[in-house]
Amino acid sequence: MVERLEHEVEAGTVPADGEAVQARLIEILAEVAATARAPIDLSGEPAVLLMVGVNGTGKTTTIGKIAWHLSKEFGLSVVLAAGDTYRAAAAEQLAEWADRAGAELVRAEEGADPGAVAFDAVEAARARGADVVIVDTAGRLHTQTNLMEELSKVRRVIAKQMPGAPHETLLSIDATTGQNGLRQAKIFAEAAEVDGVVLTKLDGTAKGGIVLAIADELGIPVKLIGTGETLEDLRPFDPTDFANALLAPS
Amino acid sequence: MFDQLSDRLQATLSDVRSRGKLSESDVDAAMREIRLALLEADVNFKVVKTFTATLKERCLGADVLGSLDPGQQVIKIVNEELTGLMGGTGSELAFASSGPTVILMAGLQGSGKTTACAKLARFLRENGKKDVALAACDVYRPAAVDQLVTVGGRVGAHVYEKGTDADPVEIAAWALEQARTERRDVLIVDTAGRLHVDQELMEELSQIRKRVKPHDVLLVVDAMTGQDAVGVAEFFAEAAEFDGVVMSKLDGDARGGAALSVKAVTGKPILFASTGEKLEAFDRFHPDRMASRILGMGDVLSLIEKAEQQIDEDQAADLERKLRKNQFTLEDMLQQMRQVRKMGPLSGILGMLPGMGAMKQLKNADIDEGQLDRVEAIILSMTPQERANPGLIKGSRRKRIANGSGTRPQQVNQLIKQFDQMRKMMRHMASGKMPDAQQLAAMSGGAQRPKVRRR
Repeated sequence: MVERLEHEVEAGTVPADGEAVQARLIEILAEVAATARAPIDLSGEPAVLLMVGVNGTGKTTTIGKIAWHLSKEFGLSVVLAAGDTYRAAAAEQLAEWADRAGAELVRAEEGADPGAVAFDAVEAARARGADVVIVDTAGRLHTQTNLMEELSKVRRVIAKQMPGAPHETLLSIDATTGQNGLRQAKIFAEAAEVDGVVLTKLDGTAKGGIVLAIADELGIPVKLIGTGETLEDLRPFDPTDFANALLAPS
Repeated sequence: MFDQLSDRLQATLSDVRSRGKLSESDVDAAMREIRLALLEADVNFKVVKTFTATLKERCLGADVLGSLDPGQQVIKIVNEELTGLMGGTGSELAFASSGPTVILMAGLQGSGKTTACAKLARFLRENGKKDVALAACDVYRPAAVDQLVTVGGRVGAHVYEKGTDADPVEIAAWALEQARTERRDVLIVDTAGRLHVDQELMEELSQIRKRVKPHDVLLVVDAMTGQDAVGVAEFFAEAAEFDGVVMSKLDGDARGGAALSVKAVTGKPILFASTGEKLEAFDRFHPDRMASRILGMGDVLSLIEKAEQQIDEDQAADLERKLRKNQFTLEDMLQQMRQVRKMGPLSGILGMLPGMGAMKQLKNADIDEGQLDRVEAIILSMTPQERANPGLIKGSRRKRIANGSGTRPQQVNQLIKQFDQMRKMMRHMASGKMPDAQQLAAMSGGAQRPKVRRR
């Protein structure tokens, strides 16, 4: 990116003064951030969303927020699948969000097969004519091959219940994550065909610059950003705002 | 991804020896590589700047040239400096002389506080503190209290909780009172994850600290944190005056430069490292090992420790006796395999070996765990007699075993053949003869050798 800017300045297409260069840099950053941009696909009946990510990046919270927006703002009926059967009280946490968002919850006991929970949820949603199913999964480090394999299996199981599903797989990335974020995205994309990133915890001082590398190198766009702990704190990603914020002094 | 720093440094400094003089520009080139390595490891850029400045001075002053290999010498200096910067060795928790020791846990959301609380409780119980209790002060995140109650139960720690309607400061004070009357040894206070810029919650944290007067305040930091780690640590240092750091999620492949940054900026030592999904995956932090990790130099010590933890000494002695008497059976082989595999996926173990990054065919390679699964399945499909005496296995038995394990009779044969070779070699060793090269080659060429698969 810097090279490209240098070229343009040398070639004279961008005037060599500070402000113009910064403005052009923001444009370039925004352009990269906008790579492969596409809205979240809700055309499926029901549309199946799968949420994946490393531990503690905010998967469950994001699902709560998405469910709330879909049900309260778009009037869609939402089913949540408590696919995190590993962490203690993860299902209770999702139940609380389901309650707040007015969504239905499909869950199983701790230690149950996450694929089975996802399968049941999609089945239930189809039977009831629900509009959207959101499947939660346990947080996992991308270095754990067996857990990544489990994720691929959850995908396959969902596809068995409903061909073409999941229609949208979202990877949550914590804005404070450093260089490792790129590895996370790469390996999660290999295991679960990630369609988009949800950049969480942007309300801190972290700017989440790693998503630029993810968009640039892997062609996976950011779709949503999380900016707080309440249900409303979820927004569509705006590349220009993001680029501006990256360069703003903190 | 980043190649081994040592390789790159050696390449950068390779021609120095022939010229016999380390010029300032040589050092600058080396510093550039080191700077990149550190940034790649998420060490804060300000920390990198001061660090490389110190380093440069030492490299120019030191007897880098006198050594046979200036690249290695520079690495050595970097390693020493990094280790020193991370606090040398041995920082410890402070304990109360009487009454319960209070430990307050703080951190950003999702850094792993609740899990770290339970792991720390378990760690302390293993290390002589009999009665450890937890206080559930995260009333914000849905089901956080339930989570603490569950994991607390698993490690045998009592959990003081008042649901989610009480004020966290009051819960903490109440829990401390209870812990005093019930004469607990340690009280670990879990708090809600909070962003360092959230003034209200930071004030609450500061209130909790004032009320319970903890002996130790620990900041939990995610090993994957990037440049932001320093800012976070500074804010928490102000509100919570933390004494030490717990690095979480160190089992990932992040190099964990956040550790270095936090230590460099706040001066607080990193006390513990959390390294896995299981509650046992928690231990004291070792600065020297972290330095090696940041530089991408492998971690042999951790590997040895892992092996020591997993291998049962009695079993090992038993095995040795069997080996000597040449009574090693397929059953023993199965046990052996399982012990090695308990240390984690083989690819992870390979990653801890230094120099692995440099080996071309192993780079990004994945050991085919499926092969090992098949060997296990084959042995498990045998009767105890067959395991003790594989000579029994002929036509119909072979077919039955193949069917039972989902393999083909040829694969069963290969395993038995390999086992025979292994036994032959052991007999040689037991009788004091070293196996000759031919035998070794025959063994390693065995069909059941784990295949290396390119990713």
